[in-house]
Amino acid sequence: MREFGYQRAHDVAGAVALLDAAPDARFLGGGTNLVDLMKTGVERPALLVDVTELPLDGIGVTADGALHIGATVTNSDLAAHPEVRRRYPALAQAVLAGASGQLRNMATVGGNLLQRTRCGYFADTARPCNKRTPGSGCSALDGIHRNHAILGASAHCVATHPSDMAVALAAFDAVVSYETASGTGELAWADFYLPVGDTPHRETALPPGALITGITLPPAPVAAHSRYRKIRERASYAFAIGSAAAALDVRDGVVHEVRLAFGAVASRPWRAREAERALTGGPATAAAFAAAADAELAAAEPLPDNGYKVPLLRNVTVVLLTELATGTGPVERTEPTEGAKR
Amino acid sequence: MVPPTSSATETSSGITLNVNGEKHTLPVDHRTTLLDALRERLDLTGTKKGCDQGQCGACTVLVDGRRTLSCLKFAVTAEGREITTIEGVADGGQLHPVQQAFLDLDGYQCGYCTPGQICSAIAVIEEHAAGWPSAATADVRPDAEPAPLDADEIRERMSGNLCRCGAYVAIVEAVARAADEVRDGRAQTEEAVA
Repeated sequence: MREFGYQRAHDVAGAVALLDAAPDARFLGGGTNLVDLMKTGVERPALLVDVTELPLDGIGVTADGALHIGATVTNSDLAAHPEVRRRYPALAQAVLAGASGQLRNMATVGGNLLQRTRCGYFADTARPCNKRTPGSGCSALDGIHRNHAILGASAHCVATHPSDMAVALAAFDAVVSYETASGTGELAWADFYLPVGDTPHRETALPPGALITGITLPPAPVAAHSRYRKIRERASYAFAIGSAAAALDVRDGVVHEVRLAFGAVASRPWRAREAERALTGGPATAAAFAAAADAELAAAEPLPDNGYKVPLLRNVTVVLLTELATGTGPVERTEPTEGAKR
Repeated sequence: MVPPTSSATETSSGITLNVNGEKHTLPVDHRTTLLDALRERLDLTGTKKGCDQGQCGACTVLVDGRRTLSCLKFAVTAEGREITTIEGVADGGQLHPVQQAFLDLDGYQCGYCTPGQICSAIAVIEEHAAGWPSAATADVRPDAEPAPLDADEIRERMSGNLCRCGAYVAIVEAVARAADEVRDGRAQTEEAVA
């Protein structure tokens, strides 16, 4: 690991001034991704500016009914917060579906948005990767890519965004606030993550040196009736191979409002606007849910080994929306839980 | 404005770590993880290095009471925090209820993951008592009935601690028994106070 300087910032202005003066610096939040990448040599900062003591750790309802979440709120505190669980239950579920209790205690909201892909080639400095080393090529296209993107990818990169939390934020139209040495700014969710194109190393629209200071969730009554469902290769403590956040408001059998976003299918959390359009104003039936998923997934371009994601996302969509429409709970586990079951 | 705690150009710092109630002042290269500082500098070798990349939980310690992976935390970031390792969870000669339960119920085989399992379980019991939901909780809304700490909840909440020997069945039993004892102990204390 490269040697680095360390400073603990105590106010936002001081933090962004430090980064402005040292472009080879990084903000350090919980470190659950950055420290790992420094160990493998993917990240080689000369200075870490520790932002965990900045006064950005609050969650509160604003005067207009929005929910503001500070950037240094930990994943644990976010998922445990009563207003999150009441107003945006899918967000609490998404956070709880990610990582482990230890990692959620460390990881921050701001860092979660900026975490890097878990594509194995990105982490392996001995292999070409356009995201890590622009112009070097993509090893995943002809390599191991069963967990890679089926939507919005390019010939330059097929990596996915690993966050669960961000999938729920996509469904709820989060707004990202930031600060740089020259002032404050906001990015609408749709503008926050950049398209892959031929610049997969450029992931967000944040200006250089910007510190995420918080996110704001606009009031959305439909979000109180929402769920997150994650499919993975083991029951817990694994990244998604496909996931969805959904919110649904059905009135007299007709879809009044619906929100749907997919995870683990693209370089960014994927807001399923085609599916939402197909559903709104129509019947809340399993057939309609399936047709809506098909409308969204018509744009999918699977690689040789990740085509399973198309039916997987279709099935998740149908199950999740059916549960929300009928008020049924998650399907009960059928395997025996003998032994320690009390 | 509070002055920064370290220089931007120095790559090492003198720090003071508060571990198990004892203060240790030592110079550290900033690259030193809390895990390596505990084991190699302070000779607190109870905390184990498994994967060293945040995937196994063997290095779990408590930082300000919250379970934390010491392999993904630079020691310099732990200055000013209260760190509790497996060496500090007992009350003098009295084992912590989680330690005693692991012993009584054989919640291990080789024992390498055990310090991390125990530190994690201590925090799991606190998190559950504080009303934190988990991914196994069917209804996360705050007005829902709190989910009991049953086997499904324990498995989910402990999933960040891997056991290569596969002692999971006894680990789940040990955590369940310890949780009951901690709860009963609290109830008795409250009665005594009342």
